[in-house]
Amino acid sequence: MTVPLALLGLLEREPSHGYDLKRDYDTFFGRGRPLPFGQVYSTLGRLARDGKVTGQSEPGDGPDRKRYAITPLGRQEVATWLTEPVAAEPYLQTVLFTKVVLALMLGRDAAGYLDAQRATHMRRMRELTEVKRGGSLTDALLADHAMFHLEADLRWIDVTQARLGALAEMVRAS
Amino acid sequence: MIVEAREVSRSYGSTVALREANLSVAAGEVVAIMGPSGSGKSTLLHCLAGIFTPDSGEVWFDGRRLDTLDDGRRSELRRTAFGFVFQFGQLVPELTAADNVMLPLLLGRTRRKHAERRAAEWLERLELADLGGRRTGELSGGQAQRVAIARALVTRPRVVFADEPTGALDTLTGEHVMDLLVGLAREEGATVIVVTHDARVAACADREVVVRDGRVFDPYATGAMR
Ligand SMILES: Nc1ncnc2c1ncn2[C@@H]1O[C@H](COP(=O)(O)OP(=O)(O)OP(=O)(O)O)[C@@H](O)[C@H]1O
Ligand SMILES: [Mg+2]
Repeated sequence: MTVPLALLGLLEREPSHGYDLKRDYDTFFGRGRPLPFGQVYSTLGRLARDGKVTGQSEPGDGPDRKRYAITPLGRQEVATWLTEPVAAEPYLQTVLFTKVVLALMLGRDAAGYLDAQRATHMRRMRELTEVKRGGSLTDALLADHAMFHLEADLRWIDVTQARLGALAEMVRAS
Repeated sequence: MIVEAREVSRSYGSTVALREANLSVAAGEVVAIMGPSGSGKSTLLHCLAGIFTPDSGEVWFDGRRLDTLDDGRRSELRRTAFGFVFQFGQLVPELTAADNVMLPLLLGRTRRKHAERRAAEWLERLELADLGGRRTGELSGGQAQRVAIARALVTRPRVVFADEPTGALDTLTGEHVMDLLVGLAREEGATVIVVTHDARVAACADREVVVRDGRVFDPYATGAMR
């Protein structure tokens, strides 16, 4: 889900070859799970087909002779994605983290995004609180499970918000 | 708006606790004030409740300036129109639960017989009917907080100010205490302003604001999305 957007975001920084993209992706977002080359090229292929990147062929051979650049359409997609809070569901670690790091990397408003995400999570917490008030014990326990995960995200959002300056420095220095 | 802070600033010596903070709360609303430790939440609550006066800015209650009232009128207003629930330390441990709940009524010169009846009624609404005779120093944290809520609501306040009312309680007990506080306040038509760092507690409110570095950020205000 986040791979095409992450690659687009990396391309917004500067045009790159597939190999360099993979290396940057693994450095920032891989978390011990490197992106297979095959997936890099198939993703870039789809992005090119959809007009979000262009691939400029360069002399030489091998799969890596293309230099990819983001198009205005691709840029638009990144911009939209980085401002949109995702639906408040459990297990959002990867997408929240990617959005924050990419926003900082591109000089976007990471703090604004975190505020919006926080509000979205709190809205969902209130909905679940309502479910618990009206529902059976099983409804309440299921709602509780979701709420504990949202609380974990919210704590992470607060901690990240508090350390955004340091994270920005780190991301820009890499 | 029943309670409003307009550009309120407040410092302690050289420490700036509030920087032109704004907050508007409508009558009957339940609002949570969240934010990191030291961000100014308690200071804001104390300014709204007329316990502190701001260095600059205005505090309004029900169409009246609160911060310019003299001390006597301000404490009169606090006693008659506001209720308070803090994390701990507001009950007199040597007195019984019933006596603690009666205290604000007796201070307001309600006749003792009448105060006793009202206290018993409120203890019952907080599911404490059997514990009225127990000294509050001998109650559990959750029971003591329910006594504190009874004491805050017994005077029929327009606004209840609560600062970390569940801060010392576990999840289930805290939830029970919040359900009672918010449920009973709604029945009474009272407004509730609750400071908490706990998202679950804040989720009992109609909305939340976040205090950061002395400023109030309202995520639902139009144009707040930067
Ligand atoms: N009596 C005091 N004297 C000096 N400084 C104070 C006093 N009370 C608060 N402060 C300072 O004012 C700032 C805001 O404090 P406040 O108690 O309002 O924060 P808070 O958001 O309620 O924090 P917490 O979540 O830890 O209760 C902090 O920097 C604090 O150190
Ligand atoms: Mg405080």
